[in-house]
Amino acid sequence: MPAENLVEISDLNFTYGKRLILKGINMKIPRGKLVAIMGLSGCGKTTTLRLIGGALKPTTGSVKVAGKEVGGLDKEELYKMRRKMGMLFQFGALFTDLSVYENVAFQMREHTDLPETVIRDLVMMKLHAVGLRGAHKLMPSELSGGMARRVALARAIALDPMLMMYDEPFAGLDPISLSVIGNLIRHLNDALGATSIIVTHDIQESLKIVDYVYFMADGVVVAEGSADDIKASKLPFVHQFVWGEIDGPVSFHYPSPPYRKDLLLEAQSSYAA
Amino acid sequence: MPHRKVGFGLRSIGSTVVNGVWRLGFASRFFLMTLISSGASFRRFHLTIREIYFSGVMSLIIILVSGLFVGMVLGLQGYETLQKYGSESALGSLVALSLVRELGPVLAALLFASRAGSAITAEIGLMKATEQIAAMEMMAVDPISRVVAPRFWAGVISMPLLAAMFSAVGVFGGYLVGVVLIGVDEGSFWSQMQAAVDFRQDIVNGVIKSVTFGIAVTAIALFEGYDAPPTAEGVSHATTRTVVTSALAVLGLDFILTVFMFRGV
Repeated sequence: MPAENLVEISDLNFTYGKRLILKGINMKIPRGKLVAIMGLSGCGKTTTLRLIGGALKPTTGSVKVAGKEVGGLDKEELYKMRRKMGMLFQFGALFTDLSVYENVAFQMREHTDLPETVIRDLVMMKLHAVGLRGAHKLMPSELSGGMARRVALARAIALDPMLMMYDEPFAGLDPISLSVIGNLIRHLNDALGATSIIVTHDIQESLKIVDYVYFMADGVVVAEGSADDIKASKLPFVHQFVWGEIDGPVSFHYPSPPYRKDLLLEAQSSYAA
Repeated sequence: MPHRKVGFGLRSIGSTVVNGVWRLGFASRFFLMTLISSGASFRRFHLTIREIYFSGVMSLIIILVSGLFVGMVLGLQGYETLQKYGSESALGSLVALSLVRELGPVLAALLFASRAGSAITAEIGLMKATEQIAAMEMMAVDPISRVVAPRFWAGVISMPLLAAMFSAVGVFGGYLVGVVLIGVDEGSFWSQMQAAVDFRQDIVNGVIKSVTFGIAVTAIALFEGYDAPPTAEGVSHATTRTVVTSALAVLGLDFILTVFMFRGV
């Protein structure tokens, strides 16, 4: 990955309470690229995203965005950096008391002194980009899951961010909405000249659009490479994940005592009763 | 075995106290942050006006109807007692003083906690659960300044106005029952009231009480919402805690304020 890196993560450790969530993570996200972080639920993907966004601070190690150590920024500096970031939350996180139009205009109103006519044009352009210009008067409660995700995407790109972060953008979508969102993510990344990080489980859709993939398991990066590298990977965990196999290093059963022991105990207790 | 039970009991008490102190510290810091971040609530006053509508205007029905009934009951009960001493003409002052000094601020605050306080907690708790607060932070917008502070000042502004309306409608309720229904002399009803109610001693103290209750109820509602675990159960418990804690705070504060305001009367 030769290009200049917008995000650099080095030897990152993060503990929540006494639990070690991330163990020595290293990642490089080059400018202009769309990079996926994949792995099972609870492997630390979203935590990594939150550390990049400055919502959490590293226990040890470094997270740099555009050369700045995110964990070392004070609130004002962090907010200044976040104005150049956009984030799409898992279920959109639209403000339910504001219309679609007002949701997209939110950041413009908060961070700029643009006249209303300019805000209107910008909002319409953003909504047009996600195909929902005609829905600007609707309230979030009137939108389907896919539409809400697209409005949230329009809101996230409102100020043309340099870094876009997507937290499970495909969760709970029908196949058409899933393809629409996938294409939009790729298209917007290229059109805006942004850099994107996408945290997802959805292997098939994301491998179609991403440039590079980091695979995480139990708080460490277990594999990385291009979409083709990942598809061809012989690593048992990656193979099981990519092809959705039941048997493999990831066990179906939650850790539990021997089955026989549990059954015998149950038999004894019913006999005693 | 008894040692174990005692140990468990002590640990449980210790844990409750430590958690209570921790939460109180967090609540104090939250309150301080709200005050520090209040600039935008006044610079962009339309944000506060919007919340005054939701907290204050939307509470008007329950406040006015309750005030009317409380005033009518005061009129009935007051007349029953006063007539035993031949002092029916003092009914106006009894109704007005009861409402302005105590019942207006206290009952309006209790109703405000039930109607607006619980709504504020549920709204902010759900905003947290649906990641709206996190989204705002990621957009470099401070949720304390944008969400919490306008609601706080809306509550502080609405509360004395609601208490004043509660008292005014209550006095009208007392008049309806005392003068129109029972037949107490209208002139003595109003003149006794005018003579008995002192602006500084009664009205201003009543306003001070309602402002204090407004601060307490709104701050509790906001904190409970912001601190609620982001689950359906968490928001439900937080809403219940808002109503219970606010009611106790209002009654406790009322006693303390009454001691300071009226002990010489």
